[in-house]
Amino acid sequence: MTITADNPPAELLAVTTVTIGAESDLLRVRSTMRAYARQAGLGLTATTKVVTAGSELARNILRYATGGQGVATVQEAASGQKTGVQAVFADRGPGIADLEQAMRSGFSTAGGLGLGLPGSRRLVDEFAIDSAPGLGTRVTICQWNR
Amino acid sequence: MRMGQDLLVTLHGDLDDRTVESIEQNVTSEVARTRARGTLIDVSGLDVVDSFVAQVLARLVRMIRLLGAEAAIVGIRPAVAITLVELGISMPDVTTALNAEQGMARLRRMRADGMRIDHDNHC
Repeated sequence: MTITADNPPAELLAVTTVTIGAESDLLRVRSTMRAYARQAGLGLTATTKVVTAGSELARNILRYATGGQGVATVQEAASGQKTGVQAVFADRGPGIADLEQAMRSGFSTAGGLGLGLPGSRRLVDEFAIDSAPGLGTRVTICQWNR
Repeated sequence: MRMGQDLLVTLHGDLDDRTVESIEQNVTSEVARTRARGTLIDVSGLDVVDSFVAQVLARLVRMIRLLGAEAAIVGIRPAVAITLVELGISMPDVTTALNAEQGMARLRRMRADGMRIDHDNHC
């Protein structure tokens, strides 16, 4: 059998998975993201923003996902000359029925400030959200060093 | 730390939610116990202040005011300030200052103004 790859991986990118299930896991998410941001050469402001966004998204999992369970996957990102940090926050919670509404500032179903999702989006270079009622929610953020 | 009539509360490290809430309770009790007239909350040691921590800090300032003391948050790092504003948190009703020294001056000024107002009311 011959295996051909169109894009042979030039290098392996580091990945760290943090399971989220308790408040103390927020600290692990923040310290992991900080380490990856430093490694990617992000400046202080870009680092503070992406770590804060990660903290908001991890807290969303604790608050809204079934049993407060989920996973944060933090990894190096590279695109051309740029390096960065990417983080995926996934849960198998109830999902979000109305994404447009959830992305609006000030909307909250749990008495929060309603800043978590729209606020996180403003803090990072790239933001994608995917959610289906009953299946869960997956938020991907990325911050680049330039 | 106690400085005359004032309390200086210094926060540092990465705080989990429970720690932030226990700090809120401890500081409120300490203000009442020591009858402090002013409280400075120094957050220059915090790398990250997310919406939860910001919410608790703003609540703490309001509680201290309810006890009859003045309170100010000092030493917010520039990167943290940028992040909070972009996140959508501006804390308009919270007194802030660049550092503890300026915060102390502000507390004194607020007290002086307060005394003048009291005096006017009595006349």
